[in-house]
Amino acid sequence: MIVTTEKLTKRYGDRAVVDEVSLSVRRGEVYGFLGPNGAGKTTTIRMLLGLVQPTSGSARVLGEAPGTPRALLKVGSLIEGPGFYPYLSGRDNLRVHAARRGVGKTHVEAALEQVDLTGAANEKFRRYSLGMKQRLGVAAALLGQPELLILDEPTNGLDPAGMADMRDLVRALAAQGQTVLLSSHLLGEVEEICDRVGVISQGRLVAESTVEQLRGDTVLLIRADPIEKAHVLIEGSSLHGDVLHVRETDAGSLVRTLVHADVDVQEVRPLRRTLEEVFFEMTGVA
Amino acid sequence: MGSVKAELLRLWKWPATWVLIGVWLVMTLTFGYVFNYLALNGGTNTRGASQQQLISAMQPENVGAAVVRGLPMFGGAIILVLAALAVGSGYGWGTWKTTLTAGPRRISAMAGTLGALAVVVVLLVALTFVVNLGAAITVASLEGWAFRLPGIGVLKPLSASLLIAAMWTAFGVFLGVITKGPALSVGLGLMWAIVTENLLRGVGSLLGPVEDLTKVLPGGSAGNLAGAVGGSGAPGVLTDLSGTTAALFLVGYVVVFVGAATALKVRRDLV
Repeated sequence: MIVTTEKLTKRYGDRAVVDEVSLSVRRGEVYGFLGPNGAGKTTTIRMLLGLVQPTSGSARVLGEAPGTPRALLKVGSLIEGPGFYPYLSGRDNLRVHAARRGVGKTHVEAALEQVDLTGAANEKFRRYSLGMKQRLGVAAALLGQPELLILDEPTNGLDPAGMADMRDLVRALAAQGQTVLLSSHLLGEVEEICDRVGVISQGRLVAESTVEQLRGDTVLLIRADPIEKAHVLIEGSSLHGDVLHVRETDAGSLVRTLVHADVDVQEVRPLRRTLEEVFFEMTGVA
Repeated sequence: MGSVKAELLRLWKWPATWVLIGVWLVMTLTFGYVFNYLALNGGTNTRGASQQQLISAMQPENVGAAVVRGLPMFGGAIILVLAALAVGSGYGWGTWKTTLTAGPRRISAMAGTLGALAVVVVLLVALTFVVNLGAAITVASLEGWAFRLPGIGVLKPLSASLLIAAMWTAFGVFLGVITKGPALSVGLGLMWAIVTENLLRGVGSLLGPVEDLTKVLPGGSAGNLAGAVGGSGAPGVLTDLSGTTAALFLVGYVVVFVGAATALKVRRDLV
């Protein structure tokens, strides 16, 4: 495990912003940390980086206590938008960051290249578009080839093209074997690029598994006439209005059974819950 | 060292650093030499200063006193603004978050900021000395005075200048950390350096204990040290305490401000 937390809790007064969260991130995976705004994602991540001290519970990042130099030097992060000096160029901002991380200028150029910012590297940060700022944030996170990349809402504020670019970038990093902890409230984004997902709601981790497991078994939807006869013929089916739902993956066998019994089969298709439906169910957000 | 290097790089390329240093140099030249020179050559109001005093103030050998006399109030205020901006802006820009997740311990990151500010302040005092010396030599040459360059004795007012500048820097850093922003820290700092202590001195003439207190407040201690090493004729310069006592108070303020700011930086959540 690259990241583990055990009953990690942060309270402000009586309010538990993060409430006994126990999660684990495995080496080489893209872990989606999913939750509505204000669910506790950023606070959890800040605790993993040592920016916020937990009230109780514990966390280990790459086997180290969060916030120690040994842990931080192996972690690259982008938390709630990039924090850079507006009067410096993108390249100079990375040089400042590289000096703090103890890495050389060659790493700066490689990181700029990786996020496709070499051409705009001499422009002042304040003149960057939101997308460029986010990409510079990712470049800073990549300095020193970290073992773990923590990206907190990296597509926040981006237009659709910028979001697609960021997703492509994360996908490319994942393809290179980079472990990524990606926090987001955008379900499509997580569904598209994450191997495993942790869902947090009102400070509590309500689920942690693969996207497939979260979505559950595939259900077949069957529209047939007469539907009542089909319902009797197919064992374990449930009638929902004028359609049947059945937990069965062998659609061919079902269709043959119905056709042989003179039932007119009009539609057969897999019916899967989207991550969005699962998410709304778990978090109570509608 | 990485933290100091990083902070120096960003302070060096920060326009605010050079604007504030530039403003200070213009002020010290204007009030230290230009106005005195004009007063000497046909001015009708020399604020009670005799010709001999004006000439003495502009002599190259007295350049140490010229450097130190401006620092207790206006120079100090400019240094305080620089330090408060350097630390406070990081909260608004989110650069503290980037800094503290880059790898160094919080105490190292803070030491980097303090180290870089120390370099900038030494540079400011050195530039003030060089510019003032240049102005003094120019005036002396124009007037045809026989002059001497400052001797080893200049180290005393320069050391005092550095200690005064260090105190205002530490004060600015403390305000930047405690207010977590540039605007409030600069506002409070300027209010203290230019208004509050002067108001207290006014009240002090009515209340003895307050008067005693004003002598050892940050600006009062700075003014007393400046007065003890030869600074005179500038707002904020005092002669109520010995140089040693004033210096000890200033060292105490540096320790308290830096210690409190570092403790806060290390212990407080960055949200």
